[in-house]
Amino acid sequence: MFALTDAQRAARDRARDFVDAEVVPHADRFDREERIDDALLRKVAAAGYFGASLPATWGGTQADPITYGLLFEELGRACSSLRCVLTVHTMVAATIARWGRPAARERWLRRLAAGEAIAAFALTEPEVGSDAAAVTTAATPAPGGLVVRGTKRWITSAQIADVFLVIARLGDAPVALLVDRHQPGVVVRPITGLLGCRGSLVAEVALEDAHVPEDGVLARPGFGVSHVATHALDDGRYTVAWGCVGLLRACVEASTAYAGERRQFGALLREQPLVQRLLTDMLVQLKAARALCLGAGAARERRDPGALHETMIAKYFASVAAARAAADAVQIHGARGCGPDAPVQRYLRDSKIMEIIEGSTQIQQMMIAASAPRDAARCP
Amino acid sequence: MDAIHSEIRTFLGKHFRAELAVEDDIFALGFVNSLFAMQLVQFIEGQFGVEVESDDLELDNFRSIGAMGRFIARKRGE
Repeated sequence: MFALTDAQRAARDRARDFVDAEVVPHADRFDREERIDDALLRKVAAAGYFGASLPATWGGTQADPITYGLLFEELGRACSSLRCVLTVHTMVAATIARWGRPAARERWLRRLAAGEAIAAFALTEPEVGSDAAAVTTAATPAPGGLVVRGTKRWITSAQIADVFLVIARLGDAPVALLVDRHQPGVVVRPITGLLGCRGSLVAEVALEDAHVPEDGVLARPGFGVSHVATHALDDGRYTVAWGCVGLLRACVEASTAYAGERRQFGALLREQPLVQRLLTDMLVQLKAARALCLGAGAARERRDPGALHETMIAKYFASVAAARAAADAVQIHGARGCGPDAPVQRYLRDSKIMEIIEGSTQIQQMMIAASAPRDAARCP
Repeated sequence: MDAIHSEIRTFLGKHFRAELAVEDDIFALGFVNSLFAMQLVQFIEGQFGVEVESDDLELDNFRSIGAMGRFIARKRGE
């Protein structure tokens, strides 16, 4: 049985208290208003959570991978929209720290750690999603660096982002570029009416000869997908997986509470076998998803190259389980679960997004299956 | 260098079922996808205590067991 350290438990409790006080009471409103309050983002910054993936040398609050995951479990329990904003911010910050040029690190990392600048990840295009290497956004040499032209769509946090990590092409070579939002060549068009994660400030980003300085190229041209995007998405998958554990917990907590007070046919819902089956599956899936996330975290802690794969498995399982649990949570709540004031209907809509972002369920299945013979051989 | 080659060969052997010669090109042989490329970086860093930096990302540093051995030796200042 995995046991948290005292420091991990203390960090988890601090995150839990923060989320209960500052996020839970407002999450349904964020969903309805399709945005997160600036005031909350300032509180997130003050708590140090924007710096969760960066070391102290850059002003960050980075701890071990399990502590990092526990933060996202708490965020995911309360508000997937905020969790999405933190996921893309922390994954881009970690990627700049990993593959950024010294000048780019100096320019961005302290501000990102403090929440004074917000980061977003711009990979998806109107005609390109899972096939990352097929992006059509094009970079061309220009005085002082590059200019980049193309359209990115479904970009989380784009409405408020200060810097975009853009995946593009330089000739035939995939490149990863840091694009400063505050220039005429960047046009942001908010997207509203999303199915879920409606507060995550999603937008389309038109890059119209946006300037990228020479030091805004991460890694070498040719490695923008294989190393930069892969690194970013791996970090994102890890925090999404933990966020799904939080979402599962929210489903279990709401469903057990409701089943313990609602009577039909002279008995509480929790006493009725068909409801018991739903609650049992939900709880078991929660424990299994958490175990996979803890395993992925332990692999990351010991810098095991297999951690990428373990993270993918955790994200796949946790996102599918969260979607199923959220659907069952609405089912247990019946008509009440479909109402505008029921958090479970938000959980259901948000959970579907989890099966799409940072690699769809089908992409995870393809990647996991490709390694199945080796994994099977490694099973104890 | 033989010990380094042996460790790299063992790692690669967990991923490909192929008998690799020291200078066999693992990219040309089609063994490397984007996920494995990143795993290779993590393996080299974790196993040999070197940091793979942005400028180190060249295929020639990772193309073969021999290339990786030379890269590791260079990073260690050997």
